[in-house]
Amino acid sequence: MEQQLPRSNNSTTRNLVDHVATGLAVLSTILVVTPLVAIFAYLLFKGASSLNLAFFTQVPKPVGEVGGGMANAILGSGIILAIASLMGVPVGIAAGIYLAEFGRNTRFANVVRFTADVLNGVPSIVMGIAVYSLIVLPQKHFSAFSGGVALGIMMIPTITRTTEEMLVMVPNSVREAALGLGLPNWRSVLSITLRTASPGVITGCMLAFARVAGETAPLLFTAFGNSFWSTNLNQPIAALPLQIYIYAISPYDDWHRLAWAGALVLILLIVVSVALVRYVASRGTLKGAA
Amino acid sequence: MDSNTQQIRTRSFAPSLSQTAIAGPSTSRSGSPAAEDPSPSPVRSFLHARGSSAGSDRAFRWLMVACALTIFAIVALIATELVMRSEMSIKKFGFGFFVHSGWDPVTGDYGALPFIYGTLLSSLVALAIAVPLSVGLAIFLTEMCPGPLRSPLAFLTELLAAIPSVVYGLWAVFVLVPILRAHVNPVLGATLGWTTLFTGPNYGIGMLAAGVILAIMILPIISSLTREVMSAVPYAQREAVLALGATRWEMIRMGVLRNARIGIVGSVILGLGRALGETMAVTMVIGNRPEIVRSLFAPGYSMASVIANEFSEASDDLYLSALVEIGLALFLVTIVVNALARLLVWAVTRGAPVRVAA
Repeated sequence: MEQQLPRSNNSTTRNLVDHVATGLAVLSTILVVTPLVAIFAYLLFKGASSLNLAFFTQVPKPVGEVGGGMANAILGSGIILAIASLMGVPVGIAAGIYLAEFGRNTRFANVVRFTADVLNGVPSIVMGIAVYSLIVLPQKHFSAFSGGVALGIMMIPTITRTTEEMLVMVPNSVREAALGLGLPNWRSVLSITLRTASPGVITGCMLAFARVAGETAPLLFTAFGNSFWSTNLNQPIAALPLQIYIYAISPYDDWHRLAWAGALVLILLIVVSVALVRYVASRGTLKGAA
Repeated sequence: MDSNTQQIRTRSFAPSLSQTAIAGPSTSRSGSPAAEDPSPSPVRSFLHARGSSAGSDRAFRWLMVACALTIFAIVALIATELVMRSEMSIKKFGFGFFVHSGWDPVTGDYGALPFIYGTLLSSLVALAIAVPLSVGLAIFLTEMCPGPLRSPLAFLTELLAAIPSVVYGLWAVFVLVPILRAHVNPVLGATLGWTTLFTGPNYGIGMLAAGVILAIMILPIISSLTREVMSAVPYAQREAVLALGATRWEMIRMGVLRNARIGIVGSVILGLGRALGETMAVTMVIGNRPEIVRSLFAPGYSMASVIANEFSEASDDLYLSALVEIGLALFLVTIVVNALARLLVWAVTRGAPVRVAA
């Protein structure tokens, strides 16, 4: 240690400082946990009292009419997330495989890794603009597909990095055993290495999914929103976060009520997937690697 | 739990320590074996050369390379699209766009200064609130927390990162803003009004509300990364300081915080990057008025929120182009901020054994 202990040997002062520091740490913990508890309590309180069957079965009512639900938004979110996952998961996993199995310790892989990390930090609204000018402007209309693309791109970096980290944990003996049995390399990577690391890889995919499931900003000018049933990928489509936003900034009490219900449903969706992730991770990440 | 933190969490070791490290980099605290390097093993190259599937192997390899290249392609595509679509505004206004403070779609007068000001100010307020709290939380969780409490508390704070931005916004509009308006702002105005930061009409909505909600949102990122770099400091360091007669706080200050400081700075910058680009919650509470006012009570506007609010209504090309240019600026700034943060965190965590993230 280049630093010396304090010159003052007055242990009372030092103990006092110690206690103050402890108190401050405890205080900041309380201050962090309070808003969290407040948010969840409010969500449960407001959301649960507004949830009913109509929320899951009906489409939004026009302004002035009480009732209605977000059935179309739930379906729309499902469709957009399905497109996003179809795009983001294979590409993300493949890039992760490259980083862990082929490019390890190469300069190119380092650059890819760094780019993925940087891409992860690009604000979601910027992703929305890029996809808007890439897909929506040439097509001249908003679409479910473009929303899916925007979210899919956002999933890739997360999945790539977690896949890589999980694959790196697989011991070499497993790979060599597979190759020793005469498997071609691609088969060994897909059925042995990737399979061994699968709980961790699934964790990464779920994390990415949970992250984009609540994204609103990139959908504002891609999926755009829709008050009616729509399953057409080429048309504007409703999405849960988008609908919550529209209702939250509206001046109508009944819409505020629906926004809280929507937020509760969205949070439950995300918390359930995060909890699932932790369960899977605690059970099997080290399968074969430990 | 957040993807950003997730990635960095897996490698941890302080650089200043790795030179003096007592334990070699291959000894992992979590008990997992050190990562093995698959490529240079002679057994593998022998088996590869012998295989009859060289063709399919090569195809597979190139497919994986192509997917890795996709990541570059995406970043390049975003950049070119943004530059292309903002060309008109870049040509018309030049650099003056960023130092001019008009915003009038009717007369075609655009300047991004109010939005830059709003983004910077709300992010700074957020950092001012979030940094002490998250470092305090990290200290509590790594050094003081009784064992049974640690895991639930860590899980709770990670849950904060899982809440979508729009839900934060909803909560801020209906809970936080009324609280600020009725209880917090009058007190701030009375006690700190002389700084002129807390003056003017008290709407509740405004810079302060945006800063507070941003602080709550970036807390989990900063604190979980800080926790990670702090727990990467070897126990021998702590024990050595304690053996010299230090109190617990002196141990934390000299043994832990000093060694983890670069990583902590990195995590703060990463939190800043997140705050700069945050859109929905800020849009809902910042007030959406393109003015530069010193008071934190006053409504403002941020770069991300002006895009969110006006992009789909932008009627003429120049308007759209100006908005895209704001997006381009946001893109470049967040890239620089994130790259800087990554480099700092990498500098700290480089060469460490891979651990299971969860």
